[in-house]
Amino acid sequence: MMQERTINALVLAGFVLLPIWALATDEPFTITLATRTVLLALAAVGLNIALGIGGLVSLGHAVFFGLGGYAMGILAFHAQSFTPLELGPLTIAGTKSMPIIWLCAIVVSALAAFVIGLLSLRTTGVYFIMITLAFGQMFFFFSISWSAYGGEDGLSIWVRNSFPGLNTLIPIQFFGLCFAALCLALFIHWRLRASPFGLTLNAARQNPARVEAVGLSPIRLKLLAFVISGAITGLAGALFADLNRFVSPTMFSWQLSGELIVLIVIGGVGRLMGPVIGAAVFVALEHLLGGLTDFWHIWLGVILLVIVLFSRGGIIGALTGKAGPHV
Amino acid sequence: MSEPVLETRNLSKSFGALKATDDVSIDLIAGEIHAIIGPNGAGKSTLIAQICGGLTPQSGSVLLNGRDISNLGTSERAQAGLGRTFQISALAMEDTVLENVTLGAIGQSARPWRFWTPALKDYELKQRAMAALDQVGLSAAVDQITSTLSHGQRRQLEVAMALTLEPRAFVMDEPMAGLGAEGSKAMTGFLDGLRDQAPILLVEHDMDAVFALADRISVLVYGRIIATGTIDEIRASGEVKKAYLGETV
Repeated sequence: MMQERTINALVLAGFVLLPIWALATDEPFTITLATRTVLLALAAVGLNIALGIGGLVSLGHAVFFGLGGYAMGILAFHAQSFTPLELGPLTIAGTKSMPIIWLCAIVVSALAAFVIGLLSLRTTGVYFIMITLAFGQMFFFFSISWSAYGGEDGLSIWVRNSFPGLNTLIPIQFFGLCFAALCLALFIHWRLRASPFGLTLNAARQNPARVEAVGLSPIRLKLLAFVISGAITGLAGALFADLNRFVSPTMFSWQLSGELIVLIVIGGVGRLMGPVIGAAVFVALEHLLGGLTDFWHIWLGVILLVIVLFSRGGIIGALTGKAGPHV
Repeated sequence: MSEPVLETRNLSKSFGALKATDDVSIDLIAGEIHAIIGPNGAGKSTLIAQICGGLTPQSGSVLLNGRDISNLGTSERAQAGLGRTFQISALAMEDTVLENVTLGAIGQSARPWRFWTPALKDYELKQRAMAALDQVGLSAAVDQITSTLSHGQRRQLEVAMALTLEPRAFVMDEPMAGLGAEGSKAMTGFLDGLRDQAPILLVEHDMDAVFALADRISVLVYGRIIATGTIDEIRASGEVKKAYLGETV
């Protein structure tokens, strides 16, 4: 049985070495695939804070991914068409600057997560899943009908946004940026999990009555976890849109919310690297099997089934022989 | 007599036609163990839930140190100084023993909004957590996963978590539940020493423990307190014998 630490180090090393190898052998598409993996992982690391630590099975995290995407799309669209964004009395100039776009994506997703969380956290279990799904569908259909920003067709951004000091058009540089964001999110998850907040949140998942009995409010803890979670997934959305230079309502689709959950379950719920391993498996299958058959999701389903039936702790659980971070 | 630490005044709660709590007024004085006994279905758990905040009474009030806490939620009542233990152990089963008591210490500090320093490396939290574990005699099991503890150890941990809160009053719902004779004896000895730290409102089925510990006993039958008094008074009470012990006098 392997130590979880060893697995984590190996995975991170893989994410550093693969693009370097791709660069050396001149395979830019592999770098793009790695970037896609990193961004799906980032979105799922966000969800893992709510789902893995807080036990909040959100089937609406695509909302934040989509909001991040549209934050980028709308700002960049106004910049490339040289028209300011009119928000009532406010007139905002569009921008192609990544740091500003990220900030907007994070703030917008965090606000949305606050409102959605406030309403959804009154419920638990299946009702929570359904209400978050309902919010997801609301955003999905809204984006479809919002013709100013492409409606169903989505928005194309001609040139990737810029980051001071980097040329983001070069795949390896953009990958570096995304990987840095992932590492930061993982670091946040790691510190958060061990902190008093993380310990309390993790206990609130297992036994909310106990958390109340020691004088703390499980709902408030979960709400904050949901906001942090939404903000990270929103950032992932902004970067993902930049990777494709395209935003469309599919970023709001419930299938995407479902995929994020699947990634976490495959890798290991609540495990630091669970979402990263899940994303790697997902993109590898999509790429390798997707070339052979359009129905590659069947094999993803088989893998998911095997994991759920035989390894409660996902791939990390199977490798370490421990179903949870402790047990 | 001194001012009661915890007091209920005319608490009433009905579920439809059933009067689960019928005009209950009890008090808990500093330094005492006040036991509440009564047959199954007498409304003991309903009463506890109204004191600790899970249920709202239809009328009456709950006072802690003279302050009306009837309108506070469960967590606020705990902040105000109610240290509760559950009939069925309510613990974070996947976590270690230390993490569980640390949760209590975090609750006591009322500062869960700290996101950066590891909880288990916080000196103050650790001191408080370890002190509570030492007091109940669980310090050898700090790193054990809670789900691997024996039933008796879980009961000890349950009490340790209430200790970390440094409450003004303990409300204990059957701390002896499921303990064997040995365990009951050990827990009885432990609770005996605890009353000086804070008074205990003790709901208990185990009569040996009640008679060994209680300074006063209240008898709850069909939601109503039919008698309150010292052990001897309760033993001598004809009404109690009739209602509770099912004997005709």
